[in-house]
Amino acid sequence: MHIPDGFLNTPTVLASGAVAMASVGVALRIVGKTFPARRVPLIGLAAAFVFAAQMINFPVAGGTSGHLIGGVLAAVLLGPSAAVLVMTCVLVLQCFMFADGGVTALGANALNMAVVAPVVGYAIYRAICKLTGGGLRGILIGTAFGAWCSTVAASVICAGELALSGSAAWGVALPAMVWMHMIIGLGEALITTLVVAVVAQLRPELLLDGDKPVSHAGYRELLGYGVLASLGLAIFVAPFACPWPDGLEKVAQRLGIEHLAQAPLVGWPFADYASPHISSAVISTGLAGCVGVVVAFGLAWLLARAVMLKPIIERNNSGQNR
Amino acid sequence: MGKTGSIFAGVLLSPYKHRASVVHSFPPMAKLIVAVLFVVAMVLLPRDAWGAFAAGAGALLAVALVSRVGLGHLLARLILVEPFVLCVAGLSLFQPNGFWIFLSMLTRSTLCLFCMVLLSATTRFSDILGALWRLRVPPLIVTTLALMYRYLFLIFEEAGRMHRARASRTFSQSRWFVWRRWATVVGHLFVRTSSRAERIYDAMCARGWRT
Repeated sequence: MHIPDGFLNTPTVLASGAVAMASVGVALRIVGKTFPARRVPLIGLAAAFVFAAQMINFPVAGGTSGHLIGGVLAAVLLGPSAAVLVMTCVLVLQCFMFADGGVTALGANALNMAVVAPVVGYAIYRAICKLTGGGLRGILIGTAFGAWCSTVAASVICAGELALSGSAAWGVALPAMVWMHMIIGLGEALITTLVVAVVAQLRPELLLDGDKPVSHAGYRELLGYGVLASLGLAIFVAPFACPWPDGLEKVAQRLGIEHLAQAPLVGWPFADYASPHISSAVISTGLAGCVGVVVAFGLAWLLARAVMLKPIIERNNSGQNR
Repeated sequence: MGKTGSIFAGVLLSPYKHRASVVHSFPPMAKLIVAVLFVVAMVLLPRDAWGAFAAGAGALLAVALVSRVGLGHLLARLILVEPFVLCVAGLSLFQPNGFWIFLSMLTRSTLCLFCMVLLSATTRFSDILGALWRLRVPPLIVTTLALMYRYLFLIFEEAGRMHRARASRTFSQSRWFVWRRWATVVGHLFVRTSSRAERIYDAMCARGWRT
C-alpha cells in the first residue's frame, strides 16, 4: 500500500502531510507525557521488530505469500500513540533506505498506515474489549476485527488520496483497493491474532502493562485522534461520497461496529432527498460492504474461538486461568 | 528465515555501497536536501513535461556514474521496488486518456525511486539520521530511528535463528500449523525484543543516559 512518488498532486501531498504531522505531533506529546521512561527504548526496538516481522512471509496458497503490516499489532502491544511512532519510523526507514514509498508521499503513507490503521484498529479493539468484559477472548476478537478494519480503513483513505490527485478514478480506485484489502485484511487479522495469542500466553502482563498507562488518558487520546481521523476522512473521502448513504456506509464500514447506529444517521438529515439518489448500485455496494463487515466480525469471533480452544496443554501449565 | 532471509539480508539490508567518490564524500545534509528537492521538482512538473523528465534522468545517470556504484546494484534495487509502482500505476489505466497518465506517472515515480536508491547507496543511514537531527526532527523520532536501525539486523538474525530452531523440531505441513508456527516465532520475537529493550534501558542508564 506504499504510495510511490509522483502519484499524488500538490494539494493532496500538503493536506495529507499536514494531517500526518499533526497526528505524529499528538503521538509524540502523549508518549512524552505518559510513556514510562523505562519503555522508551522499546519503541525503537518495536519498530525494528515490526520491520523484521513484515519480512516474514506467510504462505497463502499456490506459492503466493502474505506478510504482516503490524499497525494493530503494535497498537495492541504498545498502545496507540507508541504505535503511531513505531509505524512512522518504519515508514521513514523504508522510504529513505529502501526507496519503498515516496518521499513526497511520506505524509500520505504515514496517514494511511501509521495513523489511520493503528488508531482505527485500536479504537475497535478497545471497544470490543470493553463490550466483552476484557477477557482473553475479548482481546482476541477485538484484535482480529480491529486488524481487519484497520486494513480496510487504510485502503479507503489511500483510494481517496489517489482519486483526489487524479491518479485513478474514484469509481475504480475505491472498489479495487477495498476489495483487495478486505482479503488482505483477513490475513492480517489472522496473523495479528495468532501473535497476540502467543504473547498473551507467554507474558500476559505485557498486554496489560501496555494497556494500563494508556487506558487512563485513553479517552482524550482517542478523541484527539478521532478529530484528526475525521479530518482526514473529510478531506480525502468526503468529496467523493456524493450520494450520502454510500458515503455513510463507507464511514460505517471504516468504523466497523458503527453500522449498528447507521440507520438513524442516514435517516434524519437526508430523509427527504436521499431516497431518489439511492440507485440500486449504491445500495448493493453498501450492502456488500455491510455483509463484508458482518462476515469479518463472524470470522474474527470464530478465529478467537479456534485460537482459544487449542492450547489445552499450555492452559493446564499456566494453571491460574480460572 | 530460510531463503527469504538470505535474499533480504543480501539485497535489502545493505543499500550502502562504499566507494571513494565525490558523491560519497559530499555532505550528507546537502545530499539529503538535493535529493528531496529533486523528488519534489519531479512531482511538481506537469504530466507532459517529457523534456524535463529526460533531463532529470540524465542528471541521475551522471551522478550514478560519478558515484562509481555499479549500475547493476542500483537497477537491482530499483527492480525490487518497481512492482509496487506498476501496481498502483495500473489503477490509472481505467480512466479517459489513461495510458498517457500511466506512462507519465510511471516515468516520474521511477525517476524519484532511482534518486532515493542513489541516495541510500551513497549515504550511510546514520549520516541521514545526523542530517535529520540537525534539521530539528523531534529527538524522540531520531532516537527511535537510530535504535531501530541499530537493532534491526540483530533482531533479524534472531528471528532467523528462532525460525531455524523451530523448523528443525516441527514437521507438520498443514497450513494452519505453519501459520501458528510462524505466529509463535513472531510472538516470541516480540517477547525477546521487549526484554532486550529493558536490558538496553538498564545499559543506557548505567552509562549516564538521562531523559
